[in-house]
Amino acid sequence: MQQDVRFAKSHEWISPVVGGVATVGISAYAVEALTDLVFMQLPTVGRKVKAGESIGEIESVKAVSDLYAPVSGEIVEVNTSLPDQLETLGKDPFGAGWIVKIRPDQPAEIEALLDRAAYEALIGSQPH
Amino acid sequence: MSESATSPLPRPTILRETALCRWHAAHGGRMVDFAGWNMPVQYTSIVDEHLATRSSVGLFDVSHMGRLSVTGPGALAWLESMLTRKVAGIVPGQFRYTLVTADAPATLVILDDALVSRDTDAADGTPRMGLVVNAGNRERVVAWLRSRLPASGVELVDHTLDTVMIAVQGPSAVDVVAGLCPGGDGPRIRALGNYRGTTATVAGHAAAVSRTGYTGEDGVEVTVAAKDAVAVWEAILAAAAPLGGRPCGLGARDTLRLEAGMPLYGHELLPHSDPFALGLGLAVNLEGRTFPGSVALATMKAGKPARVRVGLDLGSKRSAREGNVVLGGAGYTPAGGDVGVVTSGSFAPTIGHAVAMAMIDTALAAEGTAVEIAIRDARQPARVVGLPFHRRPAGGGKPAAGG
Repeated sequence: MQQDVRFAKSHEWISPVVGGVATVGISAYAVEALTDLVFMQLPTVGRKVKAGESIGEIESVKAVSDLYAPVSGEIVEVNTSLPDQLETLGKDPFGAGWIVKIRPDQPAEIEALLDRAAYEALIGSQPH
Repeated sequence: MSESATSPLPRPTILRETALCRWHAAHGGRMVDFAGWNMPVQYTSIVDEHLATRSSVGLFDVSHMGRLSVTGPGALAWLESMLTRKVAGIVPGQFRYTLVTADAPATLVILDDALVSRDTDAADGTPRMGLVVNAGNRERVVAWLRSRLPASGVELVDHTLDTVMIAVQGPSAVDVVAGLCPGGDGPRIRALGNYRGTTATVAGHAAAVSRTGYTGEDGVEVTVAAKDAVAVWEAILAAAAPLGGRPCGLGARDTLRLEAGMPLYGHELLPHSDPFALGLGLAVNLEGRTFPGSVALATMKAGKPARVRVGLDLGSKRSAREGNVVLGGAGYTPAGGDVGVVTSGSFAPTIGHAVAMAMIDTALAAEGTAVEIAIRDARQPARVVGLPFHRRPAGGGKPAAGG
């Protein structure tokens, strides 16, 4: 497991910046909580987003959830194969289950997010 | 992800529990507040539970639904005067789908949809009637019916808390339950017609068994005393599991009834609905009968509804949800801009894509009509189709609306 990812309270993870770009996905906890995923809408490449802005949606049999940008920046790549293999989100959340790549405006925003221990404390306090 | 982004304030609600509640929680049930009851929405996966019910057996705890008995020498005649469905001709062991209506002057108020049944008559020949009503409507239905009870001759008792009802649904459901019954009980259960019931001993416990359900599958609903709930549930599950049977939550129950085109109170069926527009005319018998709301219903029956209930096939993975607006196709521009509203919608596991039920302008209700549904920022094309979306293979009785 990657130890250096950071998490938003809204369950997205973001990798460290490599070559100006960070990778974003959602946590296995979130996938397990949603279950029965059937549909995903991804943002368009080139879109400028603000931290906390909805950049897509993930739909389960029961409900639709927004996917939020964990930091401000530009969407530079999206995982276009993901909507056809949503099971990847749960099986390989930090690998093939990545969702978008983003060029952060301020990489320091990532450091302000939850580290793994803080995120695990957050989800440990939530009812499953 | 919006869900759980912030921790909601704890609500001090005390939820009601069925006699199976602890079993559900101990076996992985994801418990939610459903109409004030602590119920499992799913155990592992709504899709897996849905498909198990279509292919084998699903067990559902439906004990939150209200179970009322109406007994005494005047029981039959009184129900005949209270319900939209004709009760007078009902024979012991028969069930009928009905609406429970109240009336303000010239105004119809639908309180619930329900199953009315006639059990075996008492030893002295007086009829014993039953009503099964929705969990969320139970208290007001009981209060309404009590307010209309005659001074004597009819007794209404709410048995919801001292019994459980287990829905056993799917192509193997009748075999599973009949196999747990000794002597002649098993064959009698196998021989039950649709919307017929009998008493039986199931896994050693006294039970009422009816060929009813809310999934579009063949199956039975088994009612036993609350003290026998876990023993009977576990015996049915043990018999079903080798066939692929599994416990199912209310999430699968909702997707199953959607595929079966069955209305749900609070979604399709509302206090001021026109039941004829919903395709529920069979639940309303006005011939020579007077009951609360019958005058308003006669007016509705004679009129032409502005909107009717239809099925919509989206053909997509994206689902329409209750409240989404339906827009007309090219060339149809109504004054208000919209032509209908979605009442229930979901990914349909048996079908493999999303379907919905909607109330739609009568002019657009013909099968094959192309419409669009506004879903968040998208306009999703859809096609009007007949209901149900899924019809089980021939054999057994035909599915009918339940509550």
